[in-house]
Amino acid sequence: MNQHTRLRLVVIQALVFSLFATLFVRLYYLQVVTGEDYRGRAAAQSVREVVVQPSRGLIVDAQGRPLAANRLIWVVSLDRTLLDRLSDTQRERLLARVGRAVELRPRRIEQRLLTCGDEGAMPGVCWNGSPYQPVPIAEDVPEQAALRILEQPEDYPGVVVDQQSVRAYPSPFGINAAHVLGYLSPITSEELSAAESAGDLSVNGASVVGRAGIEQEYDRWLRGIPGYREVKVDSRGRVLGDDGEVQAQPGDTLVTSLDARVQSVVERQLAATIRTARATVDPVTDRPYVADSGAVVVLEADTGRVVAMASQPTYDPGLWVGGITKRQLARLYSEKAGTPLLGRATQGQFAPGSTWKPFMTAAALTHGYSPDTRLDCSSSFRVGNRDFKNYESGAYGMITFARALEVSCNTFFYRVGYDYWRRYGSDESDVDAKDPLVAEAEAFGFGSETGVDLPGEASGRIADRRWKRAYYRSMKGYYCGIARKPQDARTSDFVYRFATEFCIDGYAYRAGDAANFAIGQGDTIVTPLQLARGYAAIANGGTLYAPRVARAIVAADGTVVRRFAPKVVGRVDLPASVQRYVDTALEGVTRVGTMAWRMGGFPLDEVDIRSKTGSAEVYGKQSTSWVASYSDDYVVVMMVSQGGTGSGTSGPAVRRIWEALYGITGEQVRPADAAIPGVVPPEQLPQFRADGSVLPPAPDPRRRR
Amino acid sequence: MSTLAPRPLRPARPGRPGQPVRSTRRPVASQRREGAWDWWLIGAVLALATVGCLLVWSATSARAELLGGDPDAFLRRQLLNLGLGLGMLVAVARCDHRWVRLATPLLYLAALAGLVLVLLAGTVVNGSRSWLMAGPLSVQPSELAKLAVVVGMALVAAERTEGRWGRGIGHVDVVLMLLVAAVPAVLILAQPDLGTTLVLTATVLGVLGASGAPRRWLVGLGVLGAATATAALAVGVLQDYQLDRFLAFLDPARDPRGAGSNVEQARIAVGNGGLFGQGLFHGSQTRAGFVPEQHTDFVFTVAGEELGLLGAGVLIALLGVVLWRALVIAVRARDLYGRVAAAGIACWFGFQSFQNIGMCLGIMPVTGVPLPFVSYGGSSMFAGMIAVGLLLSIARRDQRRR
Repeated sequence: MNQHTRLRLVVIQALVFSLFATLFVRLYYLQVVTGEDYRGRAAAQSVREVVVQPSRGLIVDAQGRPLAANRLIWVVSLDRTLLDRLSDTQRERLLARVGRAVELRPRRIEQRLLTCGDEGAMPGVCWNGSPYQPVPIAEDVPEQAALRILEQPEDYPGVVVDQQSVRAYPSPFGINAAHVLGYLSPITSEELSAAESAGDLSVNGASVVGRAGIEQEYDRWLRGIPGYREVKVDSRGRVLGDDGEVQAQPGDTLVTSLDARVQSVVERQLAATIRTARATVDPVTDRPYVADSGAVVVLEADTGRVVAMASQPTYDPGLWVGGITKRQLARLYSEKAGTPLLGRATQGQFAPGSTWKPFMTAAALTHGYSPDTRLDCSSSFRVGNRDFKNYESGAYGMITFARALEVSCNTFFYRVGYDYWRRYGSDESDVDAKDPLVAEAEAFGFGSETGVDLPGEASGRIADRRWKRAYYRSMKGYYCGIARKPQDARTSDFVYRFATEFCIDGYAYRAGDAANFAIGQGDTIVTPLQLARGYAAIANGGTLYAPRVARAIVAADGTVVRRFAPKVVGRVDLPASVQRYVDTALEGVTRVGTMAWRMGGFPLDEVDIRSKTGSAEVYGKQSTSWVASYSDDYVVVMMVSQGGTGSGTSGPAVRRIWEALYGITGEQVRPADAAIPGVVPPEQLPQFRADGSVLPPAPDPRRRR
Repeated sequence: MSTLAPRPLRPARPGRPGQPVRSTRRPVASQRREGAWDWWLIGAVLALATVGCLLVWSATSARAELLGGDPDAFLRRQLLNLGLGLGMLVAVARCDHRWVRLATPLLYLAALAGLVLVLLAGTVVNGSRSWLMAGPLSVQPSELAKLAVVVGMALVAAERTEGRWGRGIGHVDVVLMLLVAAVPAVLILAQPDLGTTLVLTATVLGVLGASGAPRRWLVGLGVLGAATATAALAVGVLQDYQLDRFLAFLDPARDPRGAGSNVEQARIAVGNGGLFGQGLFHGSQTRAGFVPEQHTDFVFTVAGEELGLLGAGVLIALLGVVLWRALVIAVRARDLYGRVAAAGIACWFGFQSFQNIGMCLGIMPVTGVPLPFVSYGGSSMFAGMIAVGLLLSIARRDQRRR
């Protein structure tokens, strides 16, 4: 071998070993210098974090019957990290296959996969959650379809199928109670980021949160804490084994004061009343009643607890389970369908009509009038240039307040309202003028929220001087615009005249306004719940409660986390004599007054029902039917919008509700038949057993009648 | 480099057959028995093959879709490959030197026949027509072709120069040797198998260098190769996607779903190993099958993840031992055939190992070449073992002669 060749071999050897040295340096760089980064990425792709949604807390009635429970549904999700590794055609094929399995168009699946905030992402459809979590694309998938995917993992790489707990509505006695219970919908990105910055662990991207009713009000108790399961997955997203799990904590149970049996009676009666009204011709307009909506509220008179609350039209809260469609949602908001989402009991505002008179009576009796006062119930009463008439122009001569309530005399109360206006407020532009009637209405809680534990409550409105001034300021431009121009074809005579007058002195609180206020007409509006609470105050001697739906929060293990005591928000200055006078007068309404014809044969001597009817006139619409009534235990208020007269339309239903509450058949009172065992709501909470079952409260002998 | 200088340089004495045994040999060599085995080489190869079996086992035993229900299927087949390979190794090593030289043209022709056959009746895997399928058996003729080219070129060099006194390789010899290499290279390129072609090119350059070909040939071939590559890029012989695939190791985003993802996954698996590794059979990426082709071309990533820097470093060192012994054998070889063949085998193993491990570490393009003795596969195992047998045969003959 020559030196030349030997040198060549040296060169070769040097080359080969420098190559190997390079490899070793690179290996060191990958594994030691940047190893941490790669270890993180290895963990990210081989461990899939699966959120275990907690089962939401139950909502039960006072007897422990579940009103909102949970059921398991199959959810199909896609692992995006894995999807990103597929080629375009593979991905297309997979989405088409998954789409066929769960009956979704691939386009729709693509939309679900987009992260909210990305280009083309649709709010409500896009994914809110972590990029490392599988994205749910189809909820409530039929079990067969879910099992088919589970059995063929080879055909569905990256497709995750698991079960999830969602709301179920067992509907004891067929109840709906949608407006009280509320509904759930997926968390928004804003809510999620707010929760994250607040360190709130109870939500994640796939969470649903309460959107209305007590689901919203008590959301933080009902939610529970999600768990997390880390599973090892292979390159096709198939699960190799569990790595660890943080157990989900189920939400707390909410015990309400509702009673499903009463609720059921109330809902049926409301629905039947509306059906009947729609089949009845209104003698005023000669058309059947529109009866577009209605509400019933049943409160416990001495605590303000809500025993039942119904609203029509209503909706199925189950629509939200597994995602509501756009069309369904549009219907729930549409005026054509009667805006079913609006809970009339707490959000509907209507003129109270004659049901207003007891409050006016209380005001009058505590401000100068005496029980012996007699005023003329003439067929009409002239204020200024306008005649204020009685219903059907009846006239009863000189009568007392009690009689005026029994026959619901308007002219009687016009005189009262006019008298106060003349005495204190004849200066039309003085907004601070004294007004005992307005003060009394405020004391009974009208014009402000009741503080019920249901979100979105309306405040109602007392159309007093201040309101009138504010309204004038906001509407002056509009009406003066109409008034300044000559009347055109689109403007009716009435509107034109009204606009002209409004433009000149619309700010003035005139005698007519005061007269109207006294009979619950004009611009004063109340919610059925406000009215019920007002009557409860009359019944209990003046205590104003914030109505409560919730009675207690009970943890999953049965321990009581929190009790909600009745909440007093105000006291009406109602002397016992005045309370007794009004109470007796309202008893008279039931026995001999406007409600009497609906209560024939009712055992009033045993179950003493006090009531007041009302038929509130609404410009351009049929009258609102009201019945407000109470016993020693309960308050029942019913309202049907565009439903006709108070007793005529709502009377029979209110009677049925009272019969159910006290177990009355014909003239027989059988407390054993009462909707609530022992007639009055139980003081005790339902019994929560260790096995998860809920039993009715233990009977309390002291309270049994 | 002491490893390269087992004996003092003696330029006055041309190394050729028939030279009498000298008394000035170094003590190590003189103490060796006649026809002793090179245990360093054998030990390193056996260690590599054993580790290889374990790595293949780890990469496959959790992969139901590869196996058809038998978690040990790949291990068992690889053990069979290893057994057969060792048989070939022993047979070749024990074979008389003359028979080896006689068999060289047969091996070469068999490899050519295989390459032609694979183009006519081969099966396409990963875009290359490289496999001959016969029932349960599959053969990759290009593996054998690398060995065939090395020994073929060595034979030409030896036959052409042994008759002449004191003369090295001439221009005609170089052309002949290149011809011997060119025919299989063209056939392999036609498959197309870029990786094997690259390894073959590097091997041919090594063989030429070791044979003592004139320097301007080496420089010229190097320049030609670079010019060809540049021209190929400029003219657009490679489709864009091929170029992207080739360059994905520099920027995985160029071929994110193909080679780029391989590169990424390989890096993640290796990086996940750290200093000490996750433990054999406990690599999360390996067991979950994130790295494609992990039991064949990407087998080094298993070592990287499960054995860590330590284990993978040892693997590189074992390959280094093989190359060290091959080059020592080349230096000690008394005839041109032995020297060229041994150096060629060293170049082949060396470049192929670098190419394979470099690919796993993301510093070389993704091309389908196996890691010698470690990757799963019969053809590469057999070719490697025969080559080692040849090395042993060369080594034993030299020692017998001394």
